[in-house]
Formats: sequence, structure tokens, C-alpha cells
Amino acid sequence: MAVGAVSVGRRRLEGLDRAAPVWLLAAAALVLLILLPLGWLAYISVSGPQGLTLAHYARVLGDPPLQKALWNTVLLAFWSGLVALAIGAPMAWLSARTDLPGRRLLQSLVMASFVTPPFLGAFAWVMLAGPNAGYLNQLYRILTGGEAPLLNIFSMPGLIFVVAIYTFPYVYIMITNTLGLIASDLEDAAAILGAGRLQVAWTITLPMVLPAILSGFILAVLQALALFGSPAILALPAGFHTVTTQMWSFFQYPPRAELAAAFSIPLLLATALLLLAQKKLLGRRGYAAVGGKGGQRRAIRLGPWRYPALAGCLAVLACSVFLPYGILLKAAFARAWAQPLTRGNFTLENWSFTFLHGATQSAIVNTLELGVLTACVGAGLATLLAYVTNRRLIMGHQVLGFLALAPVVIPGVVLAVALFVAYTRPPFLLYGTLWILFLAYLTKEMPVGYSQADATMRGIHPELEEAGRILGAGRLRVLREITAPLARSGIIATWCFVFIGVIRELSASIILFTPNTKVISVVIFDLKEEGQFGAIAVLGVFMLVMTFATVALMQALLGRDVIGVRTSGGSG
Amino acid sequence: MRHRRLPLVLLLLALIGSAAPAAAQDPRLEAARREGKVVWYTSLALNSSEKVAKLFETAYPGVKVEVHRTGSQRILQRMMQELQANIRNVDVVHTSDAGHYVLLKEKKLLVRYTPAGVDRFAAGFKDRDGFHYGLRATVNVIAYNSQKITAAEAPRTWKDVLDPRWRGRLVTAHPGYSGVIATHVLALVHLHGWDYFKALAQNKPMLVQSAVDPAGIVASGERPVAVNGGDYNFYQVKKKGNPVEIVFPKEGVPLVVSPSAITSFAPHPNAARLFTDFIFSREVQQVLADTEGLYTGHPDVKYPADRPKLGDLKLLPVDPEELEKRNEEIKTRFVEIFGA
Repeated sequence: MAVGAVSVGRRRLEGLDRAAPVWLLAAAALVLLILLPLGWLAYISVSGPQGLTLAHYARVLGDPPLQKALWNTVLLAFWSGLVALAIGAPMAWLSARTDLPGRRLLQSLVMASFVTPPFLGAFAWVMLAGPNAGYLNQLYRILTGGEAPLLNIFSMPGLIFVVAIYTFPYVYIMITNTLGLIASDLEDAAAILGAGRLQVAWTITLPMVLPAILSGFILAVLQALALFGSPAILALPAGFHTVTTQMWSFFQYPPRAELAAAFSIPLLLATALLLLAQKKLLGRRGYAAVGGKGGQRRAIRLGPWRYPALAGCLAVLACSVFLPYGILLKAAFARAWAQPLTRGNFTLENWSFTFLHGATQSAIVNTLELGVLTACVGAGLATLLAYVTNRRLIMGHQVLGFLALAPVVIPGVVLAVALFVAYTRPPFLLYGTLWILFLAYLTKEMPVGYSQADATMRGIHPELEEAGRILGAGRLRVLREITAPLARSGIIATWCFVFIGVIRELSASIILFTPNTKVISVVIFDLKEEGQFGAIAVLGVFMLVMTFATVALMQALLGRDVIGVRTSGGSG
Repeated sequence: MRHRRLPLVLLLLALIGSAAPAAAQDPRLEAARREGKVVWYTSLALNSSEKVAKLFETAYPGVKVEVHRTGSQRILQRMMQELQANIRNVDVVHTSDAGHYVLLKEKKLLVRYTPAGVDRFAAGFKDRDGFHYGLRATVNVIAYNSQKITAAEAPRTWKDVLDPRWRGRLVTAHPGYSGVIATHVLALVHLHGWDYFKALAQNKPMLVQSAVDPAGIVASGERPVAVNGGDYNFYQVKKKGNPVEIVFPKEGVPLVVSPSAITSFAPHPNAARLFTDFIFSREVQQVLADTEGLYTGHPDVKYPADRPKLGDLKLLPVDPEELEKRNEEIKTRFVEIFGA
């Protein structure tokens, strides 16, 4: 930092060299991706036939069913965040600070929950806990002979549960990372002074990780607010809407984009405020003990609690990974998913039906094209931006950094509405092409990509580049021959994160697709509406295989675990 | 896997046999081949739509059918949204909401085309101006899972499902998605008024989207009774060996005739005409009746012995004009009453 401050003036002048157009291009892309769509969104929300109006706001905020949808979203987000915290925090502590057996495995399984598309999880839980045909409920009836179901997944608590088991990894990652930075000295001191294990945890460890806990909670809330698939699968059958499903239904014929726009502004404000709160919390980072890599960290001995604790963790992971994956796999090979998988019930027809269906084939091609394209452009753009902001190459680089992270506050549905109104009219008629989806994905994944790239760039000290410049190389050559090789593994990780994010995207795609530009998630959603369980299970399994192949590839290329990497990304 | 597909292959071969001579003489085939494909937006259940498409592709090699299957209301939404953005994609549009065709005709989005042989069709299947013809028909019925409910217990009338003992055990599809259900809602509003649906909401039915879906829900036992849904969907699920029984309520069954038309902006007009002729041919209409359990307007079609004759049922038809006029009311009130 100090070095940077001294040479800022000199670098600014350098910003005017031949590389300047490259940086300006990156800046222009950001404006086009974020400012233009959001500008249109705001404009549409206040424009009526007779000029400016607040009528749309009055309508969406004054209508009782819409108010109810808002309230449902508040309930869903708050409780999901809380449950995610209740699951994620103890698990994080157990895996970071104790001698819990199988911690590496645990880490991998949390990673698996993290990358599982939440809508697939929700769909699997329909088969597990539908009140009558659900597997767990059938089992429960057999065991107890009772009539009433154990769980009803089509309810607010059911929805909260399913959302929480796929958002707790955010909490987990936040807290594990912070715990990894706290040395054991303070805890030791307390122990020497006679504090018991619990007392140490309560009075020393907890206050130090409190900011991480709160910001993990906020991240989980943000995730829950923005989800579309899970409420569409679990809330609509139960007869209630959330903000996201309501916005989607504004697009039924005759479409009401202006109401959707007006409805998205409160959501946008809520997410922005939450993120601001999180920034404040993290910005405090006041405890000197947190932040250094020095000091020793020793595992706390759990003693007789080792195995019960492990069982608890595995129970959570059973809900998010084992059970859903199992039922999906079974349904993929069954004629009737609710019946036991006997010889007579076993079939491969779901597979041939799914893959011979024309819409599936083109959706797979579209998804892969979009995934690769977005990942390449996104990783490239994010790396460039991170380079520009870290090396302070142009005026206003802070603004660029902020803009790159800003989409974190934009829920997918809102982004889609914004892109829809911005790009269904001249001069940019992109609706109906893959490009509008590309823009949506690029914008949505930019925060993740940028923070990942930012972390990479921070790790590369400028002095290596300076040495290159002194020896007479231009900035672009230095970038190519010194910076890029050093950043290679970071760039690969960025690529993979963006790719995984794209292939599972539903909430923006569902508004932006046309029949020729369907992606896999949209086909799954279509099939869901028709109740084609077998075909959905097949595509779900296919999607998971693609995701885990990417993760495996990434780990093989990087030779390390990557779960911690995104933390900085998620937290923005 | 291969041998499972054999019967279908044989069926296809049989059809090629019958369609090939006609195809060879058809001068439009060359033009259609140059166009390469026909884009079909259809609300016919996915399996059935795919089957029809395969039959066509076998009869007319070189012309592909692009099947885009979704609910009737979604089809209208997609079409309009695309037109607004100047996208002309669809050739043949087929939904189960007859009101759509009133709207589309009014907006001059359809072209007048009379498929070969439809003049002999039953009256309810023909547009008097010649823009659209009924490709198939189904009726809305009640259905139940016979493993969970005995025939004696099963509801027999539309009003029977209002009994509190069905609370939490019903499933309904959605008029905001399905044309079959929009038609159903209007017919029942005529019969029993909106109060019927208010009372139904007291029983907390599970809400699904497609009229296809209740059949699967009942078969799995997730909800033992469906309060609506296309008769043909239940029939197909039952044929596969699922414990599903169909009830034709005494008050009458809402009749849904699903029209098909060619759009005025069809990018593949020749293929569209060829395809339209094909789907209204006796061969295809017979397939719809045989394997899909649908009714058709074709006078020569024979129905499986286990199907009631359409003429023997008490039918509740709806007026397409009214369906179009009240489309929004139906969707909005349904959402008000059921919550989503």
C-alpha cells in the first residue's frame, strides 16, 4: 500500500500510454452492462402515458396481494438467514477449530451443497417431503402408523428449510475464513486463567468472529431474497407468492413491465441496504488479533463429543446432498418416482425421452455456449478490471471497482426485468438472441469474478512488473509475460466460478429466454410445470455432473481446494 | 432400450407407407424442404406433441418440426412478447384457449387456411371465417387414485369435492397457465358461480400449472383427487398402469376444443401448410384418438372401446368470444381466491 501511495502520480501519467483504450473499453462495458439497464428500469417504473407518474408504485405497494408477497419475502429471507446461521456457524467452528474427524470430507460436502442449484434441491425435496407421496413421509407413516405427514414441504417453513440448506455454505465460508485467521493465543490465555472450554468459546472466540457471523447472515439473507426457483416450486403450489415469483407473473399476457419495474425497486433498495450494513460490519475488523497469518492455531479437543458432532454435520449434509442426490438419481431411472425401484419400475426411457426432445438438445448447446463465452469474457474482463484498480491505472478506478461489485445487490429477476426493458427496444434489440442472456450472466457473475480476480491481483506484487518496465517492456508486454503467468491459476479459478454460476442460472433466464434461446434450467422449469418428473431428474443429474466435472477440473488444474476462494467474492 | 422403441418404429413405417404416395405428388413439398422446418408452438402434452412431430418428419423427410411445448397462456405470452420485439418465429400456433384465436384473428395475426378434408369435421371444430380449426378436443374431469380411495368414496359431482373431508387432498391446475383449465373455470362459473371456487379454496387444493400435471400428482398419490385436468392426460397415465380412475361428473363436463392456425407472419409458410394438412389428416387424427386418448372432429376416426363417446357425455361448451373477453378476469380472480 505504501509503495502504491508514493508512486500514484507517476502511474496516473502512465495511464495515458498505448494501453489506455483497453482500460477505457473495460469501463465502457461496465456502464453498458449496469448503468443502462438500471437506468431504463428506473425510468420505466415512473413513466406513464402522460409523462412521469408514481402510479405504478402506488399500485404495487397498495395492493394487498402484492403486499403479502413482499411480506412473504421478508419472512422467507429473515428465517432462511437465521436457519442458515444456526446450521453454518457451528459447522464452521467445528471444522475450523476442533479435532472433528473427517474435516476435509466435510469441507468437500459443504462445497457440494454450495454448487447445487437451489431449484434442483427444491425439486428433489418435493419428492422427499411432499406431504403424501414424499419418501420421508411415506417412511414416517410406515414407522408410526400415523396419518398426518411428518413434513409438508409446500409451506413457508418447508420453503425456509430448503432455502436454508443451500445458503448455509455462505455463512460457513465466511466464518471458517475468519476463524482461520484468529490465533489461539487469546483463547490459550483465557484457558490459563481458568476459563472452561465453553467459556472460552463464548467470551473470546465468539466476539472475535461476530462480524463474520453477522455478515454471513446478511449474505444468506441476500441469497434468499433473490431466489426464484425454490419459491416457484414450493410456494406456488401452496398458494402464496414471493416478490420474485410475483415479478415473473407480471410478464403474463398482457405483460406489465412497468409494475415489475416498480416492484423491483424496493427489492433493490433492501439488498443495497443489507450490503451496506455488511460492509460496515466487515469494515470494523477492529480486533488486532484478526487479520494476521501469524500465531498458532490449535484444534480444540472435542473428546466424547467428536462423533455426535460429526453425526450432526452429516445430518445437515444428508438434507442438502445425500438425500436429494439419491432421489434425483432414482427418479431418473424410474417409471413412477413414488414407487420402489423394482425391476418393473426401472427404465431408461426418461433418458432417451429427455435427450431426444428437440428443446433439450438445443438448450444443452445454448447453455454450454453461454457458459464458455461468459466465463471467457467474464474472467478476462474481471482480471483486466482488477489489474486496473489494483495498479490504479486510470482516473476513477475506484468507481470501476465499485461498479464491478455493484451487481451483487441486483437480484437475478430484477436484472432480467432491467435488461428486458433496455434491450427490447432500439438501438439495442437483443431480446430473442443469446446475447441478452450473455449480458445478464456477465453482469450477474461480475462481482464473483471481480473479487476473485482482485484477490489474485493483490497477491502479485507490483515490483515484478516494475522490474519489467524498467528493462524497457511496454505495459501490455509486461502484462503478457509477467502478470498473466503469475495470475494463471487465479484466472482459471475465476473462469470456473463464472462457468458454474452460468450453467445453473434460472431467475434471470426465465424472463429473458425465447423458445430458440432456452437453456437447461429453463427446460427443467418448463418440464416442472408439466410435471415430467423423470425428465427433470435426468436433466438435473446431467447438470450436477457438469458442475462437478468443472469443480474437479479446477481442483486438478490448481492442485488445491478452492472452496475458500470465493469468500472474498461472495462478501463483495 | 432399442427393442422398446420397436413398436413405435413399426407404427412409423406403417404411416410412411400410407403417406408416402401423397408426399411424392405434393408440389409444396419442394418448397417446404427449401424452408427446412416448421416451428410449432403447441400446448398439446409434450409426449403427444413430440409423437406428432416424429410422424411428420418420417412422412416428409427433409422438413423438421421444431416443437415448443408450454401452456396455452404462456404460448400467447411468448408470441406477443416476441412480436413486440419484432421477432417472427412461429409458423403454426396451437393452444387450448379458444379465446386466443378470437384475439389473434382480431389482431390480424392469423392467415386464412382450410386444411384438406376439414369441411367434413363436426361443427364445433370449424371457424366460420376459415382461420382456425379444432385439432383435438378433451373434456375436464375429476380423477382419483384408486389405491387411496374406493370407488364408493370417490366424488361423483363437481360439488362433491367441496366436502371438508377432501381438505388437503385435492389438486387443481391453473388457468393462468393452461387453456384447458381457463375453459374449465369459465364453464364452472356458468354452472355454479365463483362461489364454487371460493368454497374449493377452503379445501386448500395444491396448485399446479399444467392440466397435464394433476394426472401425475394423482398417480403418485401426492394428492388422491384431481378436481380438473384433461381427460386424455388421466387416460394416458392410467394406460401406463397407474391406479388412476376417471369420473365424468353428472352436471356435465367442460368441453375444450383446441384450435390450430397458421400465423400471418409465418417464416416457413409452405412447411406450415404441409404440416397443417398432415395433422388434420385421418391418420394423425386416428393416432391422437388411439394412443393419446383425445377426441377429434374427424368423422371417420374410431375410438378405443374403453373411451366413452363424446356424444354420450353431457358437454359444457364455452363461447370463445366470452373466453377471450373474460380471460383476464378468470386469471385474476383465480389468483385472488387461491393465493397464487
